[in-house]
Amino acid sequence: MKRFYSPWIGPCLLAAGLLLYPIIFSSPFYRDIGVTFLLAAISASAWNIVGGYAGQVSVGHSMFFGLGAYTPLLLYTLWGWPLIAGIPVGMLLSVALSVVIGLPTFRLSGHYFSMATIAVAELIRIYFGTWTLVGAAIGLQGPATGRGWWDLTFRSELPYYYMFLGVLTFVLYVTFAVERRRFGFYLRSIKASERAARSLGVPVRQTKLQALALSAAFTSAAGSLYAAKTGFIDPDSGFGILVSVQMVIVAALGGAGTLFGPLLGAAILIPLQAATNTWFGGSDSGFTLNIFGVIVSFHGSGAALTFILYGGIIVLIARFEPGGLCELWRRLAPRLWKSAHAA
Amino acid sequence: MIFVQVIVGGLLLGAIYALFSSGLTLIWGMMNFINFAHGEFVMLGMYVAFLVVTWFGGGPILFGIASALALFVLGVVIYFVLIRHVVRGPMLSQILSTFGLALLLRYSAFFVFSPNFVSLPQTSLAGTRNVAGIYLPVAQLVASAVAITLTIALHFLLTRSTVGSRLLAVAEDRSAAMLMGIRPDRMQALAWGLSAAAAGIAGALMATAYPWSPSVGETFGLIAFVTVALGGFGSVLGSLYAGLIIGLIQAASAFWLGAIYKDIVVYGLFVALLWLRPQGLMGKA
Repeated sequence: MKRFYSPWIGPCLLAAGLLLYPIIFSSPFYRDIGVTFLLAAISASAWNIVGGYAGQVSVGHSMFFGLGAYTPLLLYTLWGWPLIAGIPVGMLLSVALSVVIGLPTFRLSGHYFSMATIAVAELIRIYFGTWTLVGAAIGLQGPATGRGWWDLTFRSELPYYYMFLGVLTFVLYVTFAVERRRFGFYLRSIKASERAARSLGVPVRQTKLQALALSAAFTSAAGSLYAAKTGFIDPDSGFGILVSVQMVIVAALGGAGTLFGPLLGAAILIPLQAATNTWFGGSDSGFTLNIFGVIVSFHGSGAALTFILYGGIIVLIARFEPGGLCELWRRLAPRLWKSAHAA
Repeated sequence: MIFVQVIVGGLLLGAIYALFSSGLTLIWGMMNFINFAHGEFVMLGMYVAFLVVTWFGGGPILFGIASALALFVLGVVIYFVLIRHVVRGPMLSQILSTFGLALLLRYSAFFVFSPNFVSLPQTSLAGTRNVAGIYLPVAQLVASAVAITLTIALHFLLTRSTVGSRLLAVAEDRSAAMLMGIRPDRMQALAWGLSAAAAGIAGALMATAYPWSPSVGETFGLIAFVTVALGGFGSVLGSLYAGLIIGLIQAASAFWLGAIYKDIVVYGLFVALLWLRPQGLMGKA
């Protein structure tokens, strides 16, 4: 059968759509959804490198996101650094943290890595909630008005949109490059069978560590962008479990270990989340209490519903379609094609 | 004297940690599978106790048994509906299945029971005893004694009974066990039931002495990870010792560093363990 389209048509249409989106939907509400979508896609693509391609499922990636969010704001608060200068510092810190977690756990089976990520993320969240240098439970604020573009503080959503789009393109490009190189083959072989990969001479531990470091650096950058955009950060919005959950679910719903899976997941979940929040009045205006040392966050009912929905979707993906919607499409598309042309 | 008081308080809580962690270690040992929703089982055990007391009244024996039964059934159902299908699937499925389940259970509880703290009304176990200047709340004392007894009972069930041998046989080699006439699915469902029941009864025991809210499951789940990592994966006796040790560490760090640091110290211990002794105290690896 003759191919009637070039494989580049899809990505080109996607790029055109993303470039034009804020111009077509110019109301602040839709632009905000667009920016949130891009941010979710960036962080999920970053998670995807280690969680999807390498099959090392992190459920505590918020630790890198939070470090990336706190670092520029902390450097600004302490010494008046421009926010853009704090981003690489945050990335370095995140890479260092990824080594601390990856070195011991990648010697062990995959479960240890997942448990360590959630425990460390929770440890950091609680600790930042008590650490006065980073504003304890209140958190940190960025500059109210930017001193220049390097403070990344804009009134309009538009500069953020295109900045995030640029970063997303870069992350996707790196993922694409990784996919085609030896490194990408190493990652997929580890995911398929670690023992077989090792026996064929793949440097398993080192490869996993590199994937985690790369993923941590990108996640940290996403956190920095989030902090620059919202202008403040607190322990829950930086290190909270929702941050990790969102990365996992966006990537897994679209298709963990596929290039465009996270984009697809974000395109479905972010509008859905905006809808549940508008319908059920979900607000993050909760408050936290500390009773017997147990830190308890009080959520609005909308936020609880979002979590219930997310939990349900995650269970369904795990049970029925671990490859996500991309895999489902790959399986169903030929059948649909056939039935459409059978008549 | 205050020093002894801190130690006693830590051991009392640690005994309950030991009970619910033994459930987690059972699943890990049997199936090489980590249940991220284990803390939520404890939380549900607490709410079952709460519902039984508000609807039917009755004492700790009634709601303890009710929690154990309800969670046993839940564990078996979850095994057949979800776990059986993912346990030999990719790592992503294994981890996301129970992680998603944890979110589902935790936030459904938020939704149903509201995020507010609740506690059981005063039971027949109210009051305190003063033994040689040490303050001993009766409820916690009874809860810990029951928890230790049940943990040891679970240990003997696994090591000294026919059912235990069958469970271990399935853990050792699924197909060989099948050839010996053991049904692996039934045994693994039983393990999930026992594991959830241990969590549920631990929750009911804790409900007699402490107030709680739907979010406690997250903390208990992480504490169970640390306990199991310290005790050694798959070792019930290990989790008994480790639970007591972690209770002690928590009490000591809450006393000397401040209540907010007690979980930080425990999670930090987990990271240190991964670096220094990933097989835990009684682990084989």
